[in-house]
Amino acid sequence: MSATDRIALPLRRPATALAAWQRSALVLAGLAAALAPLWLLESFHLFQLTMAVIMALAVLGLNIVTGYNGQISLGHGAFFAVGAYATAILMSHLDWSFWATLPVSAVVCGLIGYGVGFPALRLGGLYLALTTFSLAVAVPQILKHKSIEGWTGGVQGLFLVKPDPPAFLPLTPDQWMYCMALIVSSVCFLLAWNLIRGRIGRALMATRDHPIAAEAMGMDIAALKTQAFAVSAMITGLAGSLSAVAVEYVAPDSFSFALSINLFVGMVVGGVASILGSLFGGLFVLFVPNIAEAISKAAPGVIYGVILIAFLFLLPDGFAGLLRRLAARLRRASP
Amino acid sequence: MPTRRLLLAAAAGGLFTPRLVRAQETPGVTATELRIGNTMPYSGPASAYGSIGRSHQAFFRMVNDNGGIAGRKINFITYDDGYSPPKTVEQVRRLVEQDRVAFLFNPLGTASNSAILRYVNQRKVPHLFLSTGADKWGNYQDTPWTIGWQPSYRTEAQIYAKHMLEQKPNAKLALLYQNDDFGKDYVTGIRDVLGARYDAMVRAVSHEATDPTVDSQIVTLAGSGAEVMLTATTPKFAAQAIRKVFEVGWRPLHYLTNVSISVGTVMEPAGAERGVGIITSAYLKDPTDPAWEQDAGMNEWRSFMSKYIPDGDMKDGSFPFAYGIAQTLMQVLRQCEGNFARDNVMRQAANLQGFVPATLIPGITVNTSPTNFHPIRQMQLQRWTGTTWERFGGIIEGAHLAG
Repeated sequence: MSATDRIALPLRRPATALAAWQRSALVLAGLAAALAPLWLLESFHLFQLTMAVIMALAVLGLNIVTGYNGQISLGHGAFFAVGAYATAILMSHLDWSFWATLPVSAVVCGLIGYGVGFPALRLGGLYLALTTFSLAVAVPQILKHKSIEGWTGGVQGLFLVKPDPPAFLPLTPDQWMYCMALIVSSVCFLLAWNLIRGRIGRALMATRDHPIAAEAMGMDIAALKTQAFAVSAMITGLAGSLSAVAVEYVAPDSFSFALSINLFVGMVVGGVASILGSLFGGLFVLFVPNIAEAISKAAPGVIYGVILIAFLFLLPDGFAGLLRRLAARLRRASP
Repeated sequence: MPTRRLLLAAAAGGLFTPRLVRAQETPGVTATELRIGNTMPYSGPASAYGSIGRSHQAFFRMVNDNGGIAGRKINFITYDDGYSPPKTVEQVRRLVEQDRVAFLFNPLGTASNSAILRYVNQRKVPHLFLSTGADKWGNYQDTPWTIGWQPSYRTEAQIYAKHMLEQKPNAKLALLYQNDDFGKDYVTGIRDVLGARYDAMVRAVSHEATDPTVDSQIVTLAGSGAEVMLTATTPKFAAQAIRKVFEVGWRPLHYLTNVSISVGTVMEPAGAERGVGIITSAYLKDPTDPAWEQDAGMNEWRSFMSKYIPDGDMKDGSFPFAYGIAQTLMQVLRQCEGNFARDNVMRQAANLQGFVPATLIPGITVNTSPTNFHPIRQMQLQRWTGTTWERFGGIIEGAHLAG
C-alpha cells in the first residue's frame, strides 16, 4: 500500500464517460490512423509526417512545463538541440545504435532541464520566458565553440545514418523511421497522459492555478517545478534525438531560436494544457509554413502570420478547445 | 533468310526499346517539360538572398518566352527553406521524390547544402552550381554529383598569396581568420601557395564568431612585425580589424576577404579613410561600377532586368550573380543536346570549356572537367580608394594543385 491509496482523492469521472468498448474502439481507430500512412503515403510524405510526429513530441514536452505547470519557456529549442546532438555524437563518434542513445539523450536533457528549473523558481512569468529564451539563443553558439568542436563538428555539423529496419520487417528505412518516431512518441504521449491524469498532474495544475493554495495543501512547489522542467526537457530532447536520425544531419543552424518560437506557436495553436492538442501543434508547425509558401513566395512570413492570426481568432483555445467544444455539443445533443 | 532478317529486326528493336524506356524513365523530363528544383531562403535570417531565387524564376520565364530548351519548357520549382538545414532536407526530398525534378540547381547556404549532400549523392541527383563559397563542393572524388560555381574561399586565398609573393617575396604575413569552415579555407589556400615556407612566413591568429572584438588579436599580429596582412573574417570583425590596425599605427599591405567588402557594413563603419589601400578581389561585374555603363554583357543583364524584374534593385549584386549562374546552367543544358538524363547532365556540367557568362569580369571564364569541379578559379584584384573599390592589374588564377 502506498501513501496515495490512503488519501481520499476526488475521482474525476464525469457521468458522460465513455464505455470501455467505446474507449477501446477509439484506441484501435487511433492506431489504425497512425499506421495507415505506412502504406498510403510515398516516402516523401511519410518523411514529412515523421517530422510532424517529432515536432508533436517536442510540443508535448513544452506543454508539460508551460501548459500544465504554467512556467513559460521560450527555450525548448535548446533541449531539442541537446537531444539531437547527444544522439548524433554517440552515433557518429562511438557507433552506438540509435535505441541505445535514447536513454542517454533523455538523461542529459533531463539533467539540464532540472538545472534550468532552479532559476525558474525565483523568476516568474515574463522573466522566466526571457531567461529560457536566452538559453535558446546561446545554445547554437555554444555548439560551435572551439573546445567541443571535436565532438560537435563545429559549424560543419555531424552526419549520421538512419538505422536500417530489422531484417524480419519488410520496411524501407523511411517507413522504419516513421515507426520509430511513432513508437517513441506513443510511449511518451501515453506516459504524459498518465502523469497528467494522476496525482502529479493535478499537483502541477494546482501549482499553476494557485501556488499559495497548492503550498498550503502541502505540495512541494520547488520540487514540482524543477521536476516538471526535467520531464519536459526530457521529452523534447527525445524529439530532438528522433529528428537527428530522421534528417541524418545536425548543425548549429538547425536549432536557431526560431525553433523554440515554433514549438511555442505549436503549443498555443494546438491547445495549451492539452495532450492531444500537442499532436495538432506538431502538424501545424510542419505543414502551415509550406502552405504559406505555396500561397506566396515573395512574402511567406506575412501569409504565415495571417494564417496564425486567423487560427487564434477562430480557435482561441486551440484545436484541443475545438474538439472539446464539439464533444460537449455532441454530448448535449445525445440524451 | 527470313529468320536472319527477323533476328536483325529484333536486334534493332532491342537497341531502340531501352532508349524509349529510358526516355520515359528519365526523371523530370517529358516531351514538353524539363523540371528543375531549387531551395532558397525566402524567409528567415538570410532572406536577403531570396532575390537570387526571384532572379532565377524570371530568367527561366525569359528562356520559356524564347522557346525553351530542346523543344521543352523549363519548369523551375523553388521552395523556401528558411535557411534551416532540416527544412532544406524536407524541401529537397519533396523536389526529388514528389515533384520528380531532373536535377537541383543553385540551392543556397553552406549548412543547407551540407545537409542534403549525402542524400543527393546516394540518389545520384545532379546538385549543380551551389550558392556557397566553401571549398568542399569541388570534391569530385567523394561527391561526384555535387559541383560549386563561384571561386571558393580557398581559391581566393591562393590568389592573394600569389599577389603577395609578387609584391613582397620575402615579407612576413599576418593572418587573421574566423575559426570556422569559412576562415579555415583561407588558411588552407595560403598553405597551398606557400607550401613548406608557411610556418616561417605566416603568423596566424584566429577568433571566434562569438568574440566581442578582435582588438587583442590585432595587437598580437601588429607586434609580430609582419608587413602584409590578410583579414579573413565576417563583416563586423572586418570593420573592427580595419579600425584597430589603423589605430595602432600599423600600415601593412592589407588583403581583405571579398565576403566583407560592403561599403555600408564594413568600410564606412571602419572609417572610409582608414581603409585606403586595402586590396580585395572580385569576379563579377559590380552593377554600381561606372566602368560597365556601356558594357555589352551588363546591357544584356540590364535589359533582362527591365523586362522581367522591373522592380528589382539594380544595385543588388545578387542579380548579376544569379544571371551569370543561370547562364552557366543554360550552357550545360545546350550541351546536353536534348538528352537530359541525370548522368548526361552531370557529364556536361563537368565539361564546360571557356564559357563566358555576361556578368563576369572580362577575362574570367567558366571551366570544368571530370577532375575539376571548381568552375571559376580566376579573379581580379581591386583596391579601396576611400570612396569606392577600383580594379587593377590582370586576371589572377588560383594555384594548380596536383590531384
